[in-house]
Amino acid sequence: MSRIQAAFEKLKVQQRRALIPFVTAGDPNPQVTVPLMHGLVEAGADVIELGVPFSDPMADGPTIQRASERALKHNVSLRDVLGMVAEFRKTNASTPVVLMGYGNPIEAMGWETFAKSAAAVGVDGVLTVDFPPEESHEAFAHLEAHGLDPIFLLAPTTSDERIAEVAKLARGYVYYVSLKGVTGAGHLDLDAIAEKLPHLRKYISLPIGVGFGIRDAETALAVAKLCDGVVVGSRIVQEVENSTEQDVVANVGKLVKELRQAIDKA
Amino acid sequence: MYNYPDSKGHFGPYGGIYMAETLMPAVEELRRQYEHFRDDPEFKAEFAHELKYYVGRPSPIYHAKRLSEHFGGAQIYLKREDLNHTGAHKINNAIGQALLAKRMGKKRVIAETGAGMHGVATATVAARFGMECVVYMGAEDVQRQAPNVFRMKLLGATVIPVESGSRTLKDACNEAIRDWVTNVETTFYIFGTAAGPHPYPMLVRDFQCVIGNEAKVQMPELIGRQPDAVIACVGGGSNAIGIFHPYIDVPNVKLIGVEAGGHGIESGSHAAPLTGNAKVGVLHGNKVYLMQDENGQIIETHSISAGLDYPGVGPEHCLLKDIHRAEYVAINDDEAIDAFDALCRFEGIIPALESSHALAHAMKIAPTMGKDKALLVNLSGRGDKDMNTVAKIKGITL
Ligand SMILES: Cc1ncc(COP(=O)(O)O)c(C=O)c1O
Repeated sequence: MSRIQAAFEKLKVQQRRALIPFVTAGDPNPQVTVPLMHGLVEAGADVIELGVPFSDPMADGPTIQRASERALKHNVSLRDVLGMVAEFRKTNASTPVVLMGYGNPIEAMGWETFAKSAAAVGVDGVLTVDFPPEESHEAFAHLEAHGLDPIFLLAPTTSDERIAEVAKLARGYVYYVSLKGVTGAGHLDLDAIAEKLPHLRKYISLPIGVGFGIRDAETALAVAKLCDGVVVGSRIVQEVENSTEQDVVANVGKLVKELRQAIDKA
Repeated sequence: MYNYPDSKGHFGPYGGIYMAETLMPAVEELRRQYEHFRDDPEFKAEFAHELKYYVGRPSPIYHAKRLSEHFGGAQIYLKREDLNHTGAHKINNAIGQALLAKRMGKKRVIAETGAGMHGVATATVAARFGMECVVYMGAEDVQRQAPNVFRMKLLGATVIPVESGSRTLKDACNEAIRDWVTNVETTFYIFGTAAGPHPYPMLVRDFQCVIGNEAKVQMPELIGRQPDAVIACVGGGSNAIGIFHPYIDVPNVKLIGVEAGGHGIESGSHAAPLTGNAKVGVLHGNKVYLMQDENGQIIETHSISAGLDYPGVGPEHCLLKDIHRAEYVAINDDEAIDAFDALCRFEGIIPALESSHALAHAMKIAPTMGKDKALLVNLSGRGDKDMNTVAKIKGITL
């Protein structure tokens, strides 16, 4: 059983929702990332989405763009990110780690080399924002060969045909993007999510995480009632941005704890 | 028979649809609509009518006699896209896409622009068809192409300077994609070059093929045969593919794409992914030769010409390079300026700095060829927009 599957099964038994925070690897500097990941787990994270910095993050709003820029100032590469996961795994064998980013850094490394190294250091899932199912078959065959879960996005605009296609290819969990827009965008429409989730479940048996636009305990709770996992990105990255190197782990930990307490009421 | 792309938008190993999920349905819808309208007699007739009466086509081919004589070799002919309404080839494509937008019921159009010619063309057709228009432009380009920014505003468009990344065309493109993902239901993205996710590379090419189709009729009228070579500058590659494509199956016509060599390929400071042997990568919806570092991060490019200052290139040019049907070369900033000056002085035509790259290559090879040879240069645009840049280089304050 994969770490992602194990994590969701445990939560199911406990009747809890997954809390899935996102941080950009190397933001604000490479030394912070591994302590920050451990801090996320201590504060109650069930899965960590670790952003791989990219020079042209087209699907991201200003907050996560700036995180990428800060990391790239330190030349944080995909290879470095894999090193961070290896370091994290030295003392954490159970929390799933999903790499999230854009396809080109992986293309540059080569999918086979990447899949092999990622599996070896203890990565569990891979989400490439700009690789839809149409272009993913060959790339994702390498992931499967090394036991890595391809995580797919679904959007409010996704047709039933595409939902069915994703249902076939996805492993681990499916990530529902709760609004039309980039990460960190305005308000989310809870009614629309409430309507959409039962529809998605007709096709998808994997757990469904919902993200984009979750900014506080209140929205986290509201969303948690509707799905299996809550993904929080820009709000956490914003906390990183507003912290010093000394207090970043504590500040982010405090925020994640609040989110944890909120969604456990669901 | 050359017949690309395939039904999934692949030109051999290049092209495709590498987009965020939210935009996939929009891209798919555009593909379906275009499939329907590209053969629709009414659509074709309206497009042809606009090109004739609004753009002023066909654009003439002009024999640059004094210039040819000066270099003492092959005869240089210019396909005068600079004479189009708005001053560049970009309007051909903008009209085609605006007609699609109209049929799809979209009232808001967005565009990215580098030199500002595509932005002006989009602002123009938006005014012509009564649509709201937002243009994204890198902050650096806003400065170096200031006259075009003013033109867009006069035409009623909102111009948004993009401050992220290298503050040039690629960043404008990122920002336009962010707008599209947010406003996908109301908005049509009028993409400016023959790149991006399928169907854009095909659709932009088809709309720009009017250039090559006209030339194929005009050259025999002028000289009784087709030219020995067709030369065009390559940014994303729309003016080049527009003039190349109709010639692909014509034997003995060389196709030469001219990239921006910037400070020289050896310097690394250029915008020439094909000539500079860039690795293949994925950006802005397609898989193409792409200037990047060893970690797959896109690197900053340099060209004196904003319209060529882009790290990628359209997928069809990648294929044409691989199959050796077209040849790609680079022209440096200073060579382009020399060509710019030469055309001003010898022919009384002020070319765009982009087009000056194509011209510079013609001037380089003409002397090595016989006087009976003919070179057809796509003069993709006029140089009014470049007054600030050229004045600065010459040390003149306007
Ligand atoms: C006059 C002119 N020529 C050429 C280009 C380059 O674009 P493309 O390669 O798509 O023709 C531009 C782009 O702005 C332009 O304004």
